[in-house]
Amino acid sequence: MTRVLKYILYDILRTRFILLYTAFLFISTFGLYQLDSDSGKVVLSLLNIVLMVVPLVSIVFSTIHFFNSYEFIELMLAQPVKRSTVFLGEFMGVACSLCAAFVTGVGVPMLLFGINANALTMLYTGVTLTLVFVSLAFLSSVLTRDKAKAIGIALLFWLYFSLIYDGLLLWVVYSFSDYPLEKITLVLIAFNPVDLARIIMLLQLDISALMGFTGAFYQEFFGSYLGIVLSTLVLFIWIVLPIALAQRIFNRKDL
Amino acid sequence: MISIKQIDKKFAKLTALENVSLELQTGKSYALVGPNGSGKTTLIKSILGLVIPTSGDILFNEKNIRHDWKYRDKIGYMPQIGHYPENMSIGQLFDMMKNIRGENQRIDEELIDAFKLYKMYDKRMHALSGGTRQKVSAALAFLFPAPVYILDEPTAGLDPISTEILKEKIIHERRMNKLLMITSHILSDLEELTNSMVYMFEGKVHFNNTIEQLKHETNEVKLSKALATFIRQKELVASVSEV
Repeated sequence: MTRVLKYILYDILRTRFILLYTAFLFISTFGLYQLDSDSGKVVLSLLNIVLMVVPLVSIVFSTIHFFNSYEFIELMLAQPVKRSTVFLGEFMGVACSLCAAFVTGVGVPMLLFGINANALTMLYTGVTLTLVFVSLAFLSSVLTRDKAKAIGIALLFWLYFSLIYDGLLLWVVYSFSDYPLEKITLVLIAFNPVDLARIIMLLQLDISALMGFTGAFYQEFFGSYLGIVLSTLVLFIWIVLPIALAQRIFNRKDL
Repeated sequence: MISIKQIDKKFAKLTALENVSLELQTGKSYALVGPNGSGKTTLIKSILGLVIPTSGDILFNEKNIRHDWKYRDKIGYMPQIGHYPENMSIGQLFDMMKNIRGENQRIDEELIDAFKLYKMYDKRMHALSGGTRQKVSAALAFLFPAPVYILDEPTAGLDPISTEILKEKIIHERRMNKLLMITSHILSDLEELTNSMVYMFEGKVHFNNTIEQLKHETNEVKLSKALATFIRQKELVASVSEV
């Protein structure tokens, strides 16, 4: 496993995309700290970047990388190497490098300007979101043999979780506003990893009232601590489930 | 050594293999022959576990390969079209393969020397010609001594001198009592390299015996003639009326 992983990491680092991504995160975070002295506000501005950019970059990069390493995967599978070793090796390679890029890009400026609990939670949500979307990317990669189609599915995932789902949720809440919807909304939020990440961050920042009535209810229902733990658990399922499913499909795939 | 038991493979609507059963024994060398699209490569890929059969089993040394992967260190495989990480150099590719196989593997660099591949260790895979790529594939297949060699059109695209080098290597391995399976459309090569023949047509095995037997059955001296007669006798020609 480590031997296979070594070559995967070597391959990813050579593409230089990861370095560009790190630089982008570094510059944005650094810039935000320069603009505002209040670290709480900085984290809030960062949140918007993290919720949009991190999932998009993670899912698109992972899908492209998977198809670019198709030759490597094919070569490995004719060798005495287990299928799951190759597949999970690819997953770990991509996930590790994207997480490292995020932690370095966002974490270093935070260290320079003073790190606190809010900043740490920010790093934590970023890493979890990265993992969720890398996992989804691998699922979309094994669903089809066509690279363009796979990137399409990946973008659809991103679009759905970042924009469409929120719209649908809003529509549900609005249309059924005559009914008590608090608990249902709570459940519905669990189906969107981006919302979960947002909730963790807002609970930590203690500004959940900004999220309107669901946020307020969420906090009232769970309290900050339990809310964070529960969202984390659900996010964990969001990481494990797609990659496990993808692995099952990959094990039966013809090359 | 390898027993293939009633395997079927369907790709969506297309049936690539239909009820294929074969016994491949150590010390024999098999020629896998058949027209384009008759399922030769699919069969080979099934043995390697790259293609998963829809039904049926493949046993390697009496062990089912379905959830096994260790058996592949006993197979040297040369693909029909070698896909390699494009931005790697030849040298890096060989190093990687050795590294992944582990330290205490015996290594056979005869073909690397014979093809003079060490002279272009710095060349990247995307810059290679089709023939050089084929040489790399061949050298990789024989890099780790194995009891089984499966070669999918080994001499396609090679120049005459390299073809001879590769054929000598194959004959050398054959003398060491190994199992060989070779697909090719060049029957004169197969006549030199193999002694048994498996003829496939539309996903089914139509002949599985020694080449001698085929010649005897058809009363021909040359393999190409014998095969032509055999095909005519069995009427293994794609029916034109089929839509």
